[in-house]
Amino acid sequence: MIDVRLYKTFRDADAPFCLDVDFSIGADNKTVALFGPSGSGKSLTLHCLAGLVRPDKGRISLNGQVLYDGADAVFTPARRRRIGYMFQDYALFPHLNVLQNVAYARSGCFARHLRREEKEQAQGMLDRFAIGHLARQMPGRLSGGQRQRVALVRALNAEPELLLLDEPFSALDTLLRERLREELLELFAALTIPVIIITHDPDDVDAFAAAVILFDHGNAHPVPEYMALRAGFASAGRCLRHLQQTFASRNESVPSPRG
Amino acid sequence: MDFFSFSIVSPLTLSLRVAGLATFFSFVAAMSMAWLLARRKGPLPTFLDAACTLPLVLPPTVLGYYLILLVGRRGVIGQWLNEVGITLIFSWQGAVIAATIVVFPLLYKSARAALEQVNPHLENAARTLGASEWRVFVSVSLPLAWKGIFAGLMLAFARGMGEFGATLMIAGNIPGKTQTLALAIYDAFQAGNDLLAARLVILTSLVCVSLLMAAELLTTRRPR
Repeated sequence: MIDVRLYKTFRDADAPFCLDVDFSIGADNKTVALFGPSGSGKSLTLHCLAGLVRPDKGRISLNGQVLYDGADAVFTPARRRRIGYMFQDYALFPHLNVLQNVAYARSGCFARHLRREEKEQAQGMLDRFAIGHLARQMPGRLSGGQRQRVALVRALNAEPELLLLDEPFSALDTLLRERLREELLELFAALTIPVIIITHDPDDVDAFAAAVILFDHGNAHPVPEYMALRAGFASAGRCLRHLQQTFASRNESVPSPRG
Repeated sequence: MDFFSFSIVSPLTLSLRVAGLATFFSFVAAMSMAWLLARRKGPLPTFLDAACTLPLVLPPTVLGYYLILLVGRRGVIGQWLNEVGITLIFSWQGAVIAATIVVFPLLYKSARAALEQVNPHLENAARTLGASEWRVFVSVSLPLAWKGIFAGLMLAFARGMGEFGATLMIAGNIPGKTQTLALAIYDAFQAGNDLLAARLVILTSLVCVSLLMAAELLTTRRPR
């Protein structure tokens, strides 16, 4: 169960932006998609959730634990939130090999020196995800798909309670994207934690999401009963376009209370 | 052959010692400042950045003057040090202080630029994996910024070797005690000892060239 209420403004002269989102994700929705054009505040929302950006006000709670509360000045730093984050460019540490990358969440200050049990544990994780043979490779030599898998294993090795994926396929070409989507789906089947995925590809929504939150100019619109709605459309793209138009017209006719 | 006579060896070892110690002290201070100020915006960071860069643009004599106000016999800190029995004026330790201030901006600027070039996603990834800010710095930022920082170190050391103005103001020009290479060259030239001046000039050039070459070799040995 995740409750998110965020408010943050950027008073940049050339691009003022205001993030104002309010949504909650029930325990039943395993994977939720944040769908919307780039610049609509999806990444910023995930950054706030993970504790990498501090909102101006609002409240974030995960499984009953308050991670941020603007009114009570509660702010749990990213390192204690137990939220896994897979970045768009995968953000593997280029100076560490795959094993050291995966062990990072459990190793000491000098990430190159692993104790034996840390090595064995990380190797075990790699084996479980069928990439044990990559342990000694440097990230620069991996293919896009291998990088993604290493990033996922590294995030899971920290034993997160929630997993955030920021456009996991945007760095890949179309055919590879198809294949990796299937692979990732299989891996997700074994997960017991909720996943939030950012995407602007309707096919991703179709493949992963049981629920959708539509993003638009810094606002979030949770879609009630997305699966039922989706059944009435020929493709996810049409369904999402229809939803976008609905919310857009609603915004025009009813001005939002905060202007 | 008196090439390695006292008049050459003494300034050389003193210069190396002063530049080495100054680079070391400056390195510690500059890294802390660069870490604190990297990617920070706002009036206070901008002011601190300007203050850290100031020694680069101020004439060394002005720095020397400020330092005398600070650590001179009647200076703010100097008075107190005097009571404990430490005199920095006209001592080689004073030359170290002068050189530390002069090389600080070089180290600070290159360290800050190198740290800011590290992909922020990598640092954020480390944070979400449970790393403290200190561990993020030691295990991610520092190894990835190391090349730029190392270049700054070499630059700072070479600049420390050539430090003249502030050193002259605070440590004076005492042969065998505070006379560094740069001061010895000036001294020899003024005294009309052209041969000694020429030897010292060649020696200084050789030391600096080999330093820069060593730096280049060290940083390109393992390409990443």
